[in-house]
Amino acid sequence: MAWLRQTPRAPLEYTRTLWMRSWIAAVLVFLYAPLLVLMIFSFNDSRRNVVWRGFTTKYYEKALNNDTLVEALINSLTIAALATAASLVIGAMAAIMLWRFRFRLKGVVDGTISLPIIVPEICLGVAMLIFFAWVEWPNNLIWPLNLGAITIAHITFCFPFVTMVVRSRLASFNKEEEEAAKDLGASDWQAFKDVLLPHMRPALVAGALLAFTLSLDDFVITFFTSGPDTITFPVKVYSMVRFSVTPEVNAASTLLIIITVVLTAIALRVQGTKNLSVSH
Amino acid sequence: MAEQDWKADKKAFWAVSSVPLLWTLLLFLVPMSFVWLYSFGSNVGLTEIEISGTLDNYKRAIEWLYLSIFLKSFAVAALVTVICLIVGFPIAMALTFASEKWRPWLLLAIMLPFWTNLLIRTYALMIMLGSQGYANKTLGWLWESASWIKALVGMQPFPAWEPVQLLYNNFAVVLGLVYVHLPFMVLPLYAALDRLDKSLIEASLDLGAGHLRTFLKVVMPLAMPGVIAGVMITLIPALGAYLTPDLMGGTDSQMIANVIERQFKRANDWPFGAALSFLLIYAMFILIALQGLRRNKSGEAR
Amino acid sequence: MTDNSPIIQIRKVSKRFGKVTAVDDVSLDIMPGEFFVLLGPSGCGKTTLLRMIAGFEVPTEGQILIDGQDMSRVPPNKRPVNMVFQSYAVFPHMSVAENVGYGLKIAGVGRAERDERVREALELVKLGGFEERKPDQMSGGQRQRVALARSLVMRPKVLLLDEPLSALDAKLRAQMQFELADLQEQVGITFVTVTHDQDEALSMACRIAVMNKGDVAQLTTPSDLYEYPANRFVADFVGSVNIFEGKLTVDEPDKAAVDCPGVGRIYLNHGVTGPHGGNVWVALRPEKIYLHVPGHGNAVRAAGQDAPEGHNFARGVITGMSYLGDITLFDIKLDDGATIRVSRPNLSRHDQEVFEWNDRVSMHWRADSPVVLLS
Repeated sequence: MAWLRQTPRAPLEYTRTLWMRSWIAAVLVFLYAPLLVLMIFSFNDSRRNVVWRGFTTKYYEKALNNDTLVEALINSLTIAALATAASLVIGAMAAIMLWRFRFRLKGVVDGTISLPIIVPEICLGVAMLIFFAWVEWPNNLIWPLNLGAITIAHITFCFPFVTMVVRSRLASFNKEEEEAAKDLGASDWQAFKDVLLPHMRPALVAGALLAFTLSLDDFVITFFTSGPDTITFPVKVYSMVRFSVTPEVNAASTLLIIITVVLTAIALRVQGTKNLSVSH
Repeated sequence: MAEQDWKADKKAFWAVSSVPLLWTLLLFLVPMSFVWLYSFGSNVGLTEIEISGTLDNYKRAIEWLYLSIFLKSFAVAALVTVICLIVGFPIAMALTFASEKWRPWLLLAIMLPFWTNLLIRTYALMIMLGSQGYANKTLGWLWESASWIKALVGMQPFPAWEPVQLLYNNFAVVLGLVYVHLPFMVLPLYAALDRLDKSLIEASLDLGAGHLRTFLKVVMPLAMPGVIAGVMITLIPALGAYLTPDLMGGTDSQMIANVIERQFKRANDWPFGAALSFLLIYAMFILIALQGLRRNKSGEAR
Repeated sequence: MTDNSPIIQIRKVSKRFGKVTAVDDVSLDIMPGEFFVLLGPSGCGKTTLLRMIAGFEVPTEGQILIDGQDMSRVPPNKRPVNMVFQSYAVFPHMSVAENVGYGLKIAGVGRAERDERVREALELVKLGGFEERKPDQMSGGQRQRVALARSLVMRPKVLLLDEPLSALDAKLRAQMQFELADLQEQVGITFVTVTHDQDEALSMACRIAVMNKGDVAQLTTPSDLYEYPANRFVADFVGSVNIFEGKLTVDEPDKAAVDCPGVGRIYLNHGVTGPHGGNVWVALRPEKIYLHVPGHGNAVRAAGQDAPEGHNFARGVITGMSYLGDITLFDIKLDDGATIRVSRPNLSRHDQEVFEWNDRVSMHWRADSPVVLLS
């Protein structure tokens, strides 16, 4: 216990109290134990997630040979990449508009743009279902055009998050920097590119990560917008979980968790752990 | 510095605003207004829907069958929020008072599950809660131990352990929602506590208040904006949750989102589903308005 | 262009933000090679005026000419002036060299020449060898030097500085005052500086325009500003001063006198051409008052020497003292009722022991010390 009490605890060092440490430990176990069990059992040589029967990678092989699963994963990643790119552009534009300009009905515009964050997913899903049915969106297009409806739906609910993140970053921008650039001869565009854009960069990284995750994560809205033949990873996992629990799901999930962790690590590398909270 | 009047630089204004405004209008407001219109419609034939301006859908929605589901959804979401608040507050405190070295890692540990796919997390929790899962095994082990200790002191041991049903009931839904929403609660709490001037706590301790009293009289009131933000950010998605009750709940644990889904995917009663959707949206608006009201009040008092 | 034509002409310029008039019908000329200071309290319109010269604000009325050219339709990035911002506005994501070279790069100056000029500019502000540093690794003073170099490297006709020293601590500020003045002499560029700090203005400027509520209250050299303030606002804003209201009773070409209730009659050895018998104000600087122990010698005689008629002489009791090291300030309640502030240099180590609280003292001042103000 030496590491617990090297020096007497200062009054505000609450993290050094035993109950606080136990609480943190319990919450971390609560958060991580299920994920770790899932990952461990993806290597289990049994069809059930119950007893350990030896190490195997056969479910990874099975998962990777499961064409619909792989297709679903590719679809999901494609949609996420497209939605992220578009959300980043649209979201950053909206953020600049709301930050820089004063115009009539700004409060209404501001509220409307952030509405998709608040509206329950199920309602947005329903709206998209009705909308795409009404415009008679074709669902027999070739890949990747068949992902269009889902991607559009994803952009609609992702870009307001990007706007939120970018806008809070813009609030800390020193407008004198932009004036300094213009004073030194830069045009509007050059000042934007050389000064404002670099300032926005951490928020763009955080926003992109957020949009990518939200898109990859989304089940409900996709469930309502996907045609009968397009399937995404969450939708596929849903049907696998719903109808037959197989270790293939564990394997596929483990792969996705690893992708997530790697992406997070890259993002943190890019912007440093200090800016972790920028994303919220 | 003040914002620029849009007329001063119309070209730049339209360059940044046209796409977001058009997108929001065409691909958000138009679809939402369809839902709104449909909620006043009725089914004519198998696929035709007539917007007749009827209020029947809303009348049906406030029948007890659906009203009770609404109320239950509220109750579940509120319970989840309260549990998240109780569990999350010490974590937010720990984040605030952690050393510079540990804080980012602790923050990362709380955030990482948030970045992980919702469905995967739900599935992982389902594995844990299954009748042969580790939660049950741990409970069984505790039970056996207690029984063994009881026997040791000469008392009648407990009857043998029977696995309890942890999945497919209301308990599972609440636990699943807490599991999913905990990071949402912790982050705003942490943001509020982090802004709090530490010397206020020290002043309170210096003036003779104990830690508990300091917490109740100084920390909590000042962290209130964070608490409210955390409650909103947890309550609203929990209220509209679909996946968790669908996968982890039993037949009696349906929440409002599940009912809406059924109208569209199975019952094929779009107008009624649209009406339920808008009732859910109105509920959100009321929650947000209540929060705004509170904020205005405290703003005036200041 | 001859040396005598102004580099900047401000002609009847006004700027209104909604109902607020920030700058009200200001006209002034700034000469080439000058170190010109706009001095005033916050909100007096000095920064707005500077920003109009730079082109970040557009005048509501009037016009601004730089080097004879009307700037009305010239955007900031096309003006032959550069600005050092109050926050320095050093680009945080660029190295020092990239910061300083930014304007040259925009102007399309080739790499080799750019590097050379950047190096020269950094030498000039004593930051040689800092090229690869990032701004967040530098102190506030160093960042300011980067901002200076970044503007100077453009060889502008006029360098504008917005509160250049306000963010520095007192010691550094004093040092930078000298350095800025030196630098200005060295490069020969016209400097226009905005400040609310009178010491800064007095120590650096060739000429100072004191601004008040959007107007130029006085425009003159530092010493004239201090010794011959044009009105009560200037007298009070620049340095500390005793101001007494009174009636002008004598006003002849070579002498004048003002009757001030609470003080007595104040004599001057020059005429003032003011409204005879009208209300005027007399400004008297604390350091221009001699303090004596009563009966201790020659106070009356000394006063008599330069006051043609009667003496500028008063008696009172010390009601307040503050010892500031180099000087001591005294608040003295005059026998006639007014309170007057006197400062006295501590010429020797024991000077501050001469006077104590509640001591009776007498004082005199020369007849050329008071200034009569008509407004």
